[in-house]
Amino acid sequence: MRRVVVTGLGMVTPLACGVEETWARLIAGQSGAGPITRFDASGVVTQYACEIPLGDGSDGTFNPDDWMEPKDRRKVDDFILYGMAAAVQAVRDSGWVAVSDEDKHRTGVMIGSGIGGLSSIAETAVLIKERGAKRVSPFFIPSALINLVSGQVSIRFGFKGPNHAVVTACSTGAHAIGDAARMIAFDDADVMIAGGAESPISEIGIAGFNACKALSTKRADDPTKASRPYDADRDGFVMGEGAGVVVLEEYEHARARGAKIYAEVLGYGMSGDAYHITAPAEDGDGGYRSMAMALKRAGLVPADVDYINAHGTSTMADTIELGAVERLMGDAAAGVTMSSTKSAIGHLLGAAGAVEAIFCVLALRDQIAPPTINLDNLAVVPKLDLAPNVARKRKIDVALSNSFGFGGTNASLVIGKVRH
Amino acid sequence: MSDIADRVKKIVVEHLGVEENKVVENASFIDDLGADSLDTVELVMAFEEEFGIEIPDDAAETIQTFGDAVKFITSAA
Repeated sequence: MRRVVVTGLGMVTPLACGVEETWARLIAGQSGAGPITRFDASGVVTQYACEIPLGDGSDGTFNPDDWMEPKDRRKVDDFILYGMAAAVQAVRDSGWVAVSDEDKHRTGVMIGSGIGGLSSIAETAVLIKERGAKRVSPFFIPSALINLVSGQVSIRFGFKGPNHAVVTACSTGAHAIGDAARMIAFDDADVMIAGGAESPISEIGIAGFNACKALSTKRADDPTKASRPYDADRDGFVMGEGAGVVVLEEYEHARARGAKIYAEVLGYGMSGDAYHITAPAEDGDGGYRSMAMALKRAGLVPADVDYINAHGTSTMADTIELGAVERLMGDAAAGVTMSSTKSAIGHLLGAAGAVEAIFCVLALRDQIAPPTINLDNLAVVPKLDLAPNVARKRKIDVALSNSFGFGGTNASLVIGKVRH
Repeated sequence: MSDIADRVKKIVVEHLGVEENKVVENASFIDDLGADSLDTVELVMAFEEEFGIEIPDDAAETIQTFGDAVKFITSAA
């Protein structure tokens, strides 16, 4: 089987625009949460979220002008803008420039989203109600369609290989990277731009997740304390927004062009719970099987895993995942560090798995596990290290990242140091 | 230049992201100003909105240049 490595990284998160800016703040234990400013939140129950810091582009702020021209931005929902920004960063970081027709045909894009253009759909529905169907913009549909991140990125760079998009709720980003890696392994492409993007901080998005009883509601006084995975006082997840994109590349292709190789995608596992539309099965078996399959594909055993980036959303489901991990790890549990970076950036839904896979890549590079912040009172006594509040310097050769989504869909990625 | 022409030009500049001096009488939205077919649909909608008029589809198809737009709107408004 052809080997797949990571050669480029890009992200826009509530901590910062940019990979290194986000990573530094994550390791420092900062939170991206605050009061909602994207819309008038007076009508929704949860009035805080993790929003991308907007600004002129300096000091890690996100300046839309840096990534898409104003005339083009009017034609896209925010999730596409975020996805484009992360993709441009990742492609630049990789140094990959597809010049020949062959290069272009062998480079594909696989950037998904959990929900896509939710705001555009809501605003257009209101427009029809108030002013009639003839006022609908010709750009409404292409601004809202989930696969238009992949479409827009392919048009920007001329990448003419597989053009695809995953839609598996909060597992989207992990599935996109796993599926794209397989496309390279199966020789459908040599390079894939893969990840996820999401912009759910809108009235309809917050109201919808509030109705599901999924969001934290009790921390309006200090939103930075609201996302607290594994803590006894957690009360739901905190909505985030943003995008994560990686450049995946066939190993020999990357070597031949002298690319900087960050890590190798060693394994990928998937499963379904067949249990409930929003809740994970209480025995955690779906997550267990997903992780076990990913390790099997990697040819590794649980004791080989050094760091786990948990799904860990700061909901009741945290302890179900913890139980599944402990079952998987067995006696090796004491040797692993697991953290939930959603404690710092909130839940980026369809972008979460991609951003968290990048955190795993950086954990491998820097030999440090990012912390689980706000972990003050453990909900249960864990058999493994949850890196409470402080980043953990340690040996990390193999990292595992979990993403679980509504509908009972589970994905796990195993990423390791590249073995030449 | 007429008030109508100024307002049409402002819309064209804003929607197509082009320099104001490129928007001349014979400038074709598609051939000279970089519009695609969806842009032209949106431009016509913006003209309807700005001038409170209705531009039927068959008439919209005849509006190819900046001059066409000004002429049509002047006669319709």
